[in-house]
Amino acid sequence: MENLLNLAAEDTDRTDGILKVTGGAKYSAEYQIPGITYGVLVPSTIAKGKINSLDTKAAENAPGVIKVLSHLNVNNSVPRYAKDQALIIDRNINKVFYNDQILFAGQPIAMVIADTYERAVYAASLIKAVYQKAPHQTNLELNIANAVAPNPNAKDYVRNQIDAYKDAEVFIEAEYDQPNHIHNPMELGSIIAHWEGDGLTVYDKTQGVFSSQRHYASLYEIDSKKVRVIAPHVGGAFGMALHSWPYQDATVIAAKITNRPVKTMLTRIQMFTMVGYRPETKQFVGIGASKEGILQGITHKAWAVTSSFDNFTEGTVRPSQFMYKCPNVNTIYRLVKMDVSNPIWMRGPGEATGMYALECAMDELAYKLNMDPIELRLKNYAVINPENELPWSSKFLDECYEIGAKKIGWSNRNPKPASMKENGMLVGYGVGSGVFNAGRSSATARATLDETGKLTIQSAASDIGPGTGIMMKKVAMDSFQTEGKEVFVELGDTNLPPAPTQGGSNTTSTVGSAVYDACTALKEKMVQVYHQFIVTDGQQHAYENFTFKNGAIILGGKSTSYTDLIKKAGLKELTVTRESKAGNERQKYAFNSFAVHFVKLHIHPFTGMVKVVQVVSAVDAGKIISEKQARSQMIGGVVGGIGMALTEEGIYDHRFGVYANNNFADYHVPVHADIPPIDILFVNKPDPYINPIGAKGLGEVSIIGLAPAIANAVFHATGKRVRDLPITLDKITVWES
Amino acid sequence: MINFDYIRMGSISSAVKALDKFPDAKIIAGGSNLIDLMKRNVMAPTKLIDINPLPLKYIHTTKQGVQIGALALNSQAADHELIKTKYPLLSMAINAGASAQLRNMATFGGNMMQRTRCSYFYDTTMPCNKREPNSGCSALTGINRMHGIFGTSDVCIAVNPSDMNVALVALDAKVILKSAKKERTIAFADFHKLAGDSPQLDNHLQKNEMITDIIIPENQFYNNSYYLKVRDRHSYAFALISVAAGLEMDGQNIKKVRLAMGGVAHKPWRLYDAENFLQGKTASLQNFEEAAKIAMKGAKSYGHNDFKLALAPSSIVEALLKASHLS
Ligand SMILES: Cc1cc2nc3c(=O)[nH]c(=O)nc-3n(C[C@H](O)[C@H](O)[C@H](O)COP(=O)(O)OP(=O)(O)OC[C@H]3O[C@@H](n4cnc5c(N)ncnc54)[C@H](O)[C@@H]3O)c2cc1C
Ligand code: SF4
Repeated sequence: MENLLNLAAEDTDRTDGILKVTGGAKYSAEYQIPGITYGVLVPSTIAKGKINSLDTKAAENAPGVIKVLSHLNVNNSVPRYAKDQALIIDRNINKVFYNDQILFAGQPIAMVIADTYERAVYAASLIKAVYQKAPHQTNLELNIANAVAPNPNAKDYVRNQIDAYKDAEVFIEAEYDQPNHIHNPMELGSIIAHWEGDGLTVYDKTQGVFSSQRHYASLYEIDSKKVRVIAPHVGGAFGMALHSWPYQDATVIAAKITNRPVKTMLTRIQMFTMVGYRPETKQFVGIGASKEGILQGITHKAWAVTSSFDNFTEGTVRPSQFMYKCPNVNTIYRLVKMDVSNPIWMRGPGEATGMYALECAMDELAYKLNMDPIELRLKNYAVINPENELPWSSKFLDECYEIGAKKIGWSNRNPKPASMKENGMLVGYGVGSGVFNAGRSSATARATLDETGKLTIQSAASDIGPGTGIMMKKVAMDSFQTEGKEVFVELGDTNLPPAPTQGGSNTTSTVGSAVYDACTALKEKMVQVYHQFIVTDGQQHAYENFTFKNGAIILGGKSTSYTDLIKKAGLKELTVTRESKAGNERQKYAFNSFAVHFVKLHIHPFTGMVKVVQVVSAVDAGKIISEKQARSQMIGGVVGGIGMALTEEGIYDHRFGVYANNNFADYHVPVHADIPPIDILFVNKPDPYINPIGAKGLGEVSIIGLAPAIANAVFHATGKRVRDLPITLDKITVWES
Repeated sequence: MINFDYIRMGSISSAVKALDKFPDAKIIAGGSNLIDLMKRNVMAPTKLIDINPLPLKYIHTTKQGVQIGALALNSQAADHELIKTKYPLLSMAINAGASAQLRNMATFGGNMMQRTRCSYFYDTTMPCNKREPNSGCSALTGINRMHGIFGTSDVCIAVNPSDMNVALVALDAKVILKSAKKERTIAFADFHKLAGDSPQLDNHLQKNEMITDIIIPENQFYNNSYYLKVRDRHSYAFALISVAAGLEMDGQNIKKVRLAMGGVAHKPWRLYDAENFLQGKTASLQNFEEAAKIAMKGAKSYGHNDFKLALAPSSIVEALLKASHLS
């Protein structure tokens, strides 16, 4: 508690900002390696069956081709593949070119390696596969009857009575559908693999250099230290780079077999089937309350798509277990296994899907109760986490409702559906809440002060966009009370001290704390050195009596510059490395970040086109380390939420089991014209228990609750409940009235 | 993508001669549609004839109206003072299309010739009569939300995706087509065709012809023009429905009217019957609704695009209200 930082919440630029906007930031595919070759993947064109024959001759004979890989020649060449018979190696990772079976459309069946990209593309088009087709399933609705529990030990959650909502005075039941969402970051999946002897260097698009390192090392059963993974800049990921994919294995294998560096960059089309997606999920919510709006029961069920070969699982129904004070809650989560590629977590994983249903259902219940949707939420506000009965380490969700409602002008809204108009447009207001785990895992950071006074902070975390670099720098700046000109950050490289994979809103809490601890340890070391070389009167001064400010260590009015300190000690540098992790506070408290999203939108009465005109997101994410970056993070999440609500949908043609919109013209991510002014309000109160810096995460809560806010606003504007995302204008059909 | 030859032409006559000589060649202008299609192996010309050096970039007034060279850029026209003031419908339609970057590349000839956005046409793993005659139309019983409701055939229900074309057909434009042997001028409305039983052909341009000019006759619609584009996002999306409306008003009386729709047919769809109905009538919601009803005669939907049967007339009314300043 006494460790709480007094971080200034002022604007601070990203450490990589100028590099990014000037093209100076190098992404994985941009490294120049002499003798580089290019890998191009051939995807399957059927959704299920078997490769009867694969004719690679023409490709092999095409100009510039070095090698063609497929199930015919890969398996036994990779020690781990040869030994480990299973298709799934490591969590959720499936082998590439495993055998002749086709498990989904767009599965990589071969890779051409050639001396130029164009030649590889051409040769790839010459590969002829003859398939034996088998009937495939890609339609969730038609396969719900075959749903399975995520694992044999999985138990459905029951708190007291099952389906108690049915006995409540007022209840609603509704089904909510959400389609596949494709992460689609700007940067395509890309990798360069380069073997030198038995050492491997990988320039990788990854959210975690260490998990990549372990995985690649395991393929060849070599010591992890022989593998270096480099990823200082990642052009967005949203979850798609949480683990390695078959295209990356294929590249590492290709580089080994050809003994040449190999670069692979996926096409946008391949991004739809080769690197995961947020799985289509059907949900049911039954929720009931007394006439006064006191919740009696919540039943939340979800059926989520996964591949035929893996039980990918997420926490979709979890928030219903603790979001509201409610005596009776039961949840069911099932997987529908189909002939599709493997999903992977996407921003706000699970919770974004689950809270979409729960927060729409709360709105529906509020209307049925004839009650303000915010009032209903506040009436059922949980102070103790009802699931594990722990007090929250900090929770200012109530404040979020209050400041957000004020900012958007909630009280000006006429609650009656289809009652408000503005410039000929139907007007809708909606609200949705978000919650996500506020985690902390373990990370190591190194702080080094050199003889020139330069302070270098190192930790291997990735920065997929949130501004991890500036977050690390900001923590160090505050620790050393400096404006930061002499502070430098290095990240995204396995040669640096280990940090966890970036995901789950964990990085600031975890890596920020490691940086904090490393800086504190460095200051302690400086105090020791001070005693040895500056005050030599033998007297010991307590650490607390020292001030560190603007490049000087100060004791009782005597100021010594860091350069002097290091020089007097006859050293080149002072360096410390500290590991930092959560302790037993995790058993004592419930840790969550919270957000409330408010939306105002216009709907054209003749065309049904929806225009979001204002978003206000109020966030309780503990202490805000860098306000500018936190705001950017929130804005990104809001934009993602607008896409989730209104435009994004991976559409299958079930007859073929193939995506019918696997490109940016047809898969609609929001564009600038779709994005309104976005107000981000931070509660900005430090969490006293989570970690020494008081920061909870906010990458995920930025999107969680946004889609239901829009869906609820559409109802408010039109009186029509659209319960399947995205809410395209044909589903609103206001023009019919 | 296959290997192809590339030649760059310095004159119109050499370009049309090359077209004559190489029947498998394709003209490339901005390349913003053709290159995408080549990358996806949908079109595989063995030779590209680059016409960018040709002197066809002009926009100028003539006795009849305005003459626009086939290589004039979409952005160049949309920002052109003459177009903005005298033919704002064209300017609005162009600006409703694609993105700023694409409009900076897109030429008039290329835009007229851009191919449908039916996703089955783009994806060679699924059948498509337009890409491969007689292979079947996947859209007919497939994902057909974007597809046509007028003049469709069971062989192809794709739509012409262009916004510019909708304005040009409404404005009674003409097109000059040139081959090595002759030059001909046809009505813009006769340039594109319905799918019929030859969906592989989008228009009546002959293999050895190129587009050199577009002519828009002078008109008095500039005070009462509106291009409405209904789409899935507010920019950078093709039209679900679009409506081009140009009115010449005398007080509240409609002296002349031009109406066309996009996103509904294999060609930009002119609403002649609705125009005839409105001619000489007063601008009113009631008349507009009646006109929309007339326009919808013969419409037919295919499942995912059923909503267009209701959205289209509603959009016609909205465009007319906007054009006549009633809303
Ligand atoms: C993502 C995306 C979104 C888009 N959105 C829209 C939209 O919303 N609305 C819209 O209207 N358009 C849209 N477009 C399409 C865009 O308008 C066209 O790509 C563009 O107009 C084509 O012009 P171009 O000069 O680049 O043609 P090119 O690609 O060079 O050529 C296209 C075709 O025209 C032929 N051709 C070109 N010039 C001539 C000539 N003089 N004579 C004969 N044949 C010729 C070529 O041989 C080729 O077959 C979009 C495109 C993309 C990629
Ligand atoms: S609608 Fe036309 S373009 Fe689309 S699949 Fe059918 S034939 Fe092909």
